[in-house]
This record gives sequence, C-alpha cells and structure tokens, in this order.
Amino acid sequence: MSDSKGEFEPKIVVYACNWCTYAATDLAGTSRMSYPPNVRIIRVMCSGRVDPQFVLQAFADGADGVIVAGCHPPADCHYIEGNYKAYRRFELFRKLLETMGIEQERFRLEWISAAEASRWVQVVNEMVAQLKKLGPLKPNLEVRE
Amino acid sequence: MSEKPKVAWYWCASCGGCEESFVDLAERLLKVFEAVDIVFCPVAMDFKREDVEKLPDGSITVALINGGIRLKEHEEMVKLLRKKSKIVIAYGACSAWGGIPGLANLYNLDEALERKYLEVPTIENPKEVLPTKKIIVNIPEAKMKAELELPEPLPVLLPLDKVIDVDYYIPGCPPTPDVFWNALQALLSGNLPPKGAIVGASNRSLCDECSLNETKPEKVLVKEFKRPDKAKPEPNKCLLAQGFLCMGPVTRGGCTALCIKGNMPCTGCFGLLDGIVDYGGKAISYFGSILDYSPVEEKEIKKAFDGIPDWIGTIYRYSLAASKLSHKAGIKKPKRIKEVVEI
Repeated sequence: MSDSKGEFEPKIVVYACNWCTYAATDLAGTSRMSYPPNVRIIRVMCSGRVDPQFVLQAFADGADGVIVAGCHPPADCHYIEGNYKAYRRFELFRKLLETMGIEQERFRLEWISAAEASRWVQVVNEMVAQLKKLGPLKPNLEVRE
Repeated sequence: MSEKPKVAWYWCASCGGCEESFVDLAERLLKVFEAVDIVFCPVAMDFKREDVEKLPDGSITVALINGGIRLKEHEEMVKLLRKKSKIVIAYGACSAWGGIPGLANLYNLDEALERKYLEVPTIENPKEVLPTKKIIVNIPEAKMKAELELPEPLPVLLPLDKVIDVDYYIPGCPPTPDVFWNALQALLSGNLPPKGAIVGASNRSLCDECSLNETKPEKVLVKEFKRPDKAKPEPNKCLLAQGFLCMGPVTRGGCTALCIKGNMPCTGCFGLLDGIVDYGGKAISYFGSILDYSPVEEKEIKKAFDGIPDWIGTIYRYSLAASKLSHKAGIKKPKRIKEVVEI
C-alpha cells in the first residue's frame, strides 16, 4: 500500500481485547486524538483468544505488522488469566518469527488499559514509524519462475 | 469383464517409507493386485516416462504421489501425471505438507547444498563437487564424451498441492497399512468424500484414540518440557501430563497412537485436523496454554521454552512447507549450481 505521494504505508492488523484495549481505542476516538490510519482493529473478547494462527494468517494475507493488545497483568484481565496465556504464547511465537527471518518489530504484544488512550496512540505511532523503516513484508519472495 | 482401474504410483522427495507402507499390506497386497492394474511405479517396476506420455489423458484412474516437490523433474512428472489421471492423491506427510524434507525451507538452497555435500561429518568430497545442471564426462577408452543432464533443484520444497490440483490426501509418515487400506476401499468402492478431503484417517485428535487418554487430567499443566531421550516416561500414564511434549492434542488421529504404545510422544505426522490452518501456530497456542507460570515469572517461562531444543522441528516437523510462512523470508535463487562441469 502506498499513499498518493508513493510513500510506503504499512498495513497493521490489531487484535484488541474487548475490555481494555478496544475501550482505549474508543476513548482515543471520543477524545479526538489523532493517529495514523494504518491500523485495522479486530475486536476480540480477550487477548487470550488470539491464536498464533490468526497472526500468521494476517502476515500471510499481506499485513506488514500485527499488534495483539490486552489488559495489564497481573490482575486486570476480565477472564482472570487470559492475558497470561497470551503472554506465554507470544513469547514462543516471537521465536518462530526470528527463525523464519521476520523482523521482531513487526509484531507487538501490548498491555493497554481502557484509560490509556494516549498509550494506544503512542503504540500506533511507534509501530508505523518502525514499519516505514523496515518496508513491506514479503515472506513469500518470488522463489519460483 | 470391464477393465480394471489403472493406478500410477510416483515418488518425489521422499525416503521410500510410503512404498514400504504399501508392501506392509502383506496378504492384502494380493487383493490389491487383483483389483487394479499398476501402470507406472518407478520404485518397483520398469516403466519409463514415455510409457506414461503414451497413455491417453485421463486414462489413469488414481495417481498416488508421495514425497515433496524439490526438483524440476518432480514438477514435470506430477504435472504429467495430473494430466493423465482422474484422481490425484497426495500420499503421506511429505506430499501433503512437505514433511521432513520441508524443514530444509529454513535455509537457502546454497546453504543446504553446502551442508549436504561438504560439511556433514560422514561425507568425503575433497574436490568439492556440487550438483550441476549438466556434466560432461570424458571417456578416454571410447574416445568420446558423454553428457549427463541432471534435474535442477527448486529453491524451496513445495507440497504437492502448491504445484498441481490435488483431489485427496492420505496422511502419515508413512501412512499405516490400515489407513492406506481404508482409503483404498473408499476409492475402489467409489464411495468418495468431497474433493480436498483426507481419506483413511479420522477427524478426531489423536488423544481420542490413545490408550493413555483415560489418565489425561482434565486440565494439563506442566512446569517444564521433558525430552524422551533425557527422561524416562512412566508407563501407562499420559505422556503430556508427565511433561513430555506430545503433539497428540493438535494432531489428526488414525494411526491408533502407535508411537505412544512404544513410549514415544506423538510427533504429529498425521498433520492438521480440519479447521486448523497452521499446525505450528496451533501447537504454539497449545504449548502456551499448558505452561503453568504467570507472566511475572518471565525467566521461568523462557527457561521452559528453551527446554525444547529443536523447536521448529517440534512444531513443524511435517508441515513447515505448508505453513503460512512456508519458508524462511529472503530465500533466494541458488548461486552455487553451475551450468556445465566437465570431468
């Protein structure tokens, strides 16, 4: 994707937990904070619901970066320990990205509470800047004629 | 009497274990020969490519293809077989998802060739001979030169369905004779599942048919991952509950848990259940769920995961080439394969 000037505009898929991060994105909107339009937010009930397969699918379908965001550990999770589960999964998932030659900056696991609209804006700004530096993700390079 | 159905059997990048599973049908093999005509089978019979080319299009009833697609030759042959066959079956894990040879997709082909032909401790290759596209051999006695053309490798290994249209899959590394027999029965009786289905195996996870399933606790929680070569499993107790990384929960059943009967945790050769799109992704999800630490115990979590040594080989042992990422990013065309070499 690129804008009218031809500059690369990264696509970022965000899996946001219903109880904290999605509320934060909502708050950012109602507080009229501005942030880059590169994010596509998918609301999930809990960060613990996000299967690493979803992230792989997003990358395979053309996302340049993925953010999984949920409630702060240890005690904010609406489902007691969903964020714990997400943490353990994505700890291992990062090792997969590393082995497959995909830059670590393309994936972020973030804890953003319902009140942290400014934190949400900051995360998006940072990620967009990082991905612009890295350029588009092409895991499936043209290896065949 | 109507003509018997024609069967072709071809191997690509595979170890020969799939053919072995055919031989292991034992007495049932005679029934197979009674029922079908084998028109092409390079592993056992002397048929040539020309023999297949001469057949009319669509005249082969079933083509069974095992092994991943690693060479141009494989690619050409499976395309030819696709044209000549009514039904094409990806036979075994390599053909269906890349299998063990698919793990080479973690490397550039140059690295893989160097490893295979120069570095491995068992190889002696002082002249550093690597595969080339064409070799010209001087034969002084006959005062002539002979030209040998070798099939060129593809930059990565591809599962069969990334090269041609595949009708059915028979899973396993190799498929057990019973699984093959079930699939064969389904094919011969014409009682065929919808296209793209797995035939011969079940759509329940392996745990469902494992004899140790009764001892599996309702909630599996482990503090560390054990390896079967470092720790001895207790007999008759769920291996997963003991901390051995058994891929049973995310693997398709159908093999009757043979490895577990031999005290070996499942490695996942029957592959994905319906509804799973990426075997490794699902495996990560499951490892994360059973590890019994809170996130504040970061060191312990890291340590537990570091206890899985070849962990890509654990989560993608048979399916890396068919995974969402399929190969390491940035794999390039090989540089070290020369066009012509004269010896």
